[in-house]
Amino acid sequence: MPLPQSIIGHRSDPVTVTVERGRLSFFAGAIGERNPVYFDVAAARAAGHRDLPVPPTFLFGLALAGPGPFRWLADLGIDLRHVLHGAQGFRYHLLAHAGDRLTLRTTITGTYEKKGGAMQFIDRLTTVHRHDCAHIADLTATIVVRTPPAPAP
Amino acid sequence: MTALAEGSVLGPLQAGPVSRTVLALFAGASGDHNPIHIDTDAARAAGLQDVFAHGMLSMAYLGRLLTDHFPQRSIRDFQVRFTAITPVHAVVTCAGRVTGITETDGTPVASLELTATIDDGTVTVRGTAAVDLAENGGPHGKLTENGRNKR
Repeated sequence: MPLPQSIIGHRSDPVTVTVERGRLSFFAGAIGERNPVYFDVAAARAAGHRDLPVPPTFLFGLALAGPGPFRWLADLGIDLRHVLHGAQGFRYHLLAHAGDRLTLRTTITGTYEKKGGAMQFIDRLTTVHRHDCAHIADLTATIVVRTPPAPAP
Repeated sequence: MTALAEGSVLGPLQAGPVSRTVLALFAGASGDHNPIHIDTDAARAAGLQDVFAHGMLSMAYLGRLLTDHFPQRSIRDFQVRFTAITPVHAVVTCAGRVTGITETDGTPVASLELTATIDDGTVTVRGTAAVDLAENGGPHGKLTENGRNKR
């Protein structure tokens, strides 16, 4: 069953979250980051930052900070296990730092199918603003939903 | 800062092997707790043999490649497509190349193409980035050039 075009424009509940230093250090460690600017506040300040900078891809996970981050898929009848991340993009306007309170708003911007409906695609846009309304970044994501083959009769 | 020109190469930056521990830590740190990346039982229930890495882990490695070469505030745009899954234990090699430098509103902007490749030769991520070269003299740039130290 193709997803209805009516899902275009659907907005998820906004997520507001304060970026924590500890979380940024944890992220830096998990991705093998060696540049101390990303985990040592003194190094970040020596480099002219007001606190640890938010690294380029970290904003993606912040959008998952709310309760039930995958609930929007369940609401569309999509099994999370059939979902793949097809594409991801970031347009950066202003660097965010630890301590910033950010609000992320996500809207479904498109849906289409390929391979005769075996793969369905959902495009989403997430805008990121700081508490003072400064525009931090725009994220685009393409989610691929694989339709499993029907069980043999 | 080394002068950049069309054809200039970034990397390679090698990361991994992507162990189950790395996947667990990345799930916690990134906030993506999808069990398909961390729970073998869930992966098998979905018809897969094993867990596989978050695409965003490879994109984060590509992000490191970018911030190793440019101050982060100079990165304007960063786009990828995930072209294959990254199995657990894979070693990920990230590389970039400058495809052109254009003037936009009087500012030189470098366009880059990016790839992540795993040890069997499969390209798992293809992407592009746009970097504002006028921002390259900033303090962060000096630090990534000269101030890096090893943990």
